[in-house]
Amino acid sequence: MKGGEAVIKSLTDQGVDVVFGYPGGVLLPLYDVIYDSDLKHILVRHEQCAAHAADGYARASGKVGVCIGTSGPGATNLITGIATAYMDSSPILAIAGQVATGLIGNDAFQEVDTLGITIPITKHNFQAMKAEDVPQMIKSGFYIAGTGRPGPVVLDLPKDVQEEEFDYNPNLKIDLPGYKPTKKGHPLQIKKAANLILKSKKPVILAGGGIILSESSPELLKFSELIGAPVTTTLMGKGSFPEDHAHAMGMLGMHGRKVANIVVDECDCLIAIGCRFSDRTTGNVEKFASKAKVIHIDVDPAEIGKNIEADVPIVGDAKITISDLIKTITNLKIKAEKEKANPKWMEYIADFKINCTPRLSFEDFPLKPQQVIKEIRESIDYETIVTTDVGQNQMWMAHYFTSKIPRTFLSSGGLGTMGFGFPAAMGAKVALPENDVVAVCGDGGFLMVSQDLATIKEYDIPIVVCVLDNRYLGMVAQWQRLFYDERMSHTHLGEVPDFVKLAEAFGVQGERVERPGEMEETLKKALKSGEPTLIDVIIDPDEILPMVPPGCGLTEIVGEYKVEREVPGEIPYKAPANEKGGD
Amino acid sequence: MKRVVIEMEGKRTHIISALVLNKPGVLQRVAGLFTRRGFNIDNITVGASEKDKFARMTIISQGDEKVLEQITKQLNKLIDVIKVRDLDPESTVKRELCLIKVHAPAERIRSEVIQYASIFRGRIIDVSSENLTIEITGTPDKIDALIDLLRGFGIKEIARTGPTAISRGIKTI
Ligand SMILES: Cc1ncc(C[n+]2csc(CCOP(=O)(O)OP(=O)(O)O)c2C)c(N)n1
Ligand SMILES: [Mg+2]
Repeated sequence: MKGGEAVIKSLTDQGVDVVFGYPGGVLLPLYDVIYDSDLKHILVRHEQCAAHAADGYARASGKVGVCIGTSGPGATNLITGIATAYMDSSPILAIAGQVATGLIGNDAFQEVDTLGITIPITKHNFQAMKAEDVPQMIKSGFYIAGTGRPGPVVLDLPKDVQEEEFDYNPNLKIDLPGYKPTKKGHPLQIKKAANLILKSKKPVILAGGGIILSESSPELLKFSELIGAPVTTTLMGKGSFPEDHAHAMGMLGMHGRKVANIVVDECDCLIAIGCRFSDRTTGNVEKFASKAKVIHIDVDPAEIGKNIEADVPIVGDAKITISDLIKTITNLKIKAEKEKANPKWMEYIADFKINCTPRLSFEDFPLKPQQVIKEIRESIDYETIVTTDVGQNQMWMAHYFTSKIPRTFLSSGGLGTMGFGFPAAMGAKVALPENDVVAVCGDGGFLMVSQDLATIKEYDIPIVVCVLDNRYLGMVAQWQRLFYDERMSHTHLGEVPDFVKLAEAFGVQGERVERPGEMEETLKKALKSGEPTLIDVIIDPDEILPMVPPGCGLTEIVGEYKVEREVPGEIPYKAPANEKGGD
Repeated sequence: MKRVVIEMEGKRTHIISALVLNKPGVLQRVAGLFTRRGFNIDNITVGASEKDKFARMTIISQGDEKVLEQITKQLNKLIDVIKVRDLDPESTVKRELCLIKVHAPAERIRSEVIQYASIFRGRIIDVSSENLTIEITGTPDKIDALIDLLRGFGIKEIARTGPTAISRGIKTI
């Protein structure tokens, strides 16, 4: 067998049926094998999109996504996508071509030190120096990418290795003595956590992307109901908990829901699961959850105590750990009947929630983004996968859009990569062709990847891209308005392009939406058509998202927080009679 | 209550011993991790361990307990790192090898240099008409002391390995 054949065999053995890639000189031998193979190859129009598509595929399906780029510029074009996957713990395998082994180190044509460049942005990387390395490395790569805290793996693949003949040995053993992810949380810590939760009067759960990665949403729901705690999520945790549930408070953080930000500030016990307390989630750490004891559950020990000190750290897989916590609490509860979850706490949350439900309906022209999001929500079912780009479009979606199901809200959280939304939607649709997929992008971000309209047309990938067209780099413009004296330095995008014509140039349906009511109609029609579609949504460029300025605590929200029902003054929280101020 | 991970005042020198896979690129992964996370390396030594497959790295780094905890955890996350241990300085033997080339053209100077070297249990490993080369092993302090003494004669070259370390007694990592 040749090295190139071994790549395809190894991928197929891992259950891969589709890869996103772009060929080049050093990949000729591999692409010659792909030519005859059953593996579906989608030719993207920029390697960055191959990586984002593999990432979107992984986030939507839970399987490892695969992308391929050639040596040198092909590999460097993959970098943004690999780093995006790394920051959000998304499992992808990126195969990068490399110059022949004999040329490595000579600054050969299109040589770049892919291994060196990708060390800091991968969970692990390999360089195959012999064809016989290939099956072992791909198998190990899949194992590393998909287990523990998932993440991207890179395989650097020199040209001659793809051509080299070798004897394929089917008995592959994974030999990784330095890789043993912890699964089960320590029983003593679980017991400590259980006692702390039972003692607390005002517990809150903060759910991160780890809930989705470990598929523990059912356990989370049960846990929240058992202990009587409301649930807020990080951006990555969106979809881990049904946002229409009485316990749901929506997203926390810089652009979080008011109820979530204030309740986290008030709580006496914060149970953070599968999250890493990014600065966008915590605001000023000195003011974060300052009255609370913190229980932090994460599969990655390095996240515990990194940004926020935990009173009870638990290293373990979220699914197993929550189940163990539920068991322990159920047992303890029978013994300590009087220490029941405080019903007043949930009542207070329910009241508060009603009084600060963000307003979505606006009859204004130009269109308010809130109204657009409301219409998107009303046009699609909860199984529809939505992706967002980065900027205001992302935060509007995160703040106002209701998600209920894991893996249906895909967004670049950690790296905040403009250009993610559209190719990620493409990857998600390829992974789950039965689901509708809608990308919500900014006009700036979409233009960074718009060439891949060719890909969705050529491969008939019927997604709908909604470009929230404000002709601004809206998020940066918002900061200039709020913090830089409205000096709008280089954030206005001008008058071009005409997005409808742009779509049409690629043979993709183009529609324009300008007034309330049109979004719902157009989106429904687009999804029904089964054709790839771009909808240019002209929105009000002046609408500002409420936010917590950098350096402030989560309760210090600036910008008008428009609520569905106006209530005069603050709602005082009446402490329940039996409260002694949870220690 | 402050929720911040507080920088503790207790900054001290840590001796980190790591068992790693014995293959190319591992040093780059480890050293890169330190730079990227803003941890300083004072010294790093790499060499064979008791097993062919594994090499041992000894890293000397400054920092408080929190910094050290992060370093250890981040090192452990590297797939090529098998085990990491912060060695307790109280129960650790630390040794360094140093070669010193001293300017010693005259007989009288030579015998003086040789005397100093022997007080420090150093050995003369090379002699030429102009120079003497001394080999000395010991704790970094001891080596510093000999170097200070020899400065007056004119030191032409120094090559130090940096310390490597192992825990005392029955403990292994
Ligand atoms: C690749 C990249 N470059 C720059 C940024 C910085 N940035 C964050 S949001 C933003 C504006 C995005 O504008 P647009 O895509 O139009 O979205 P909007 O905020 O208007 O919804 C910029 C430039 C980024 N996140 N990613
Ligand atoms: Mg914009």
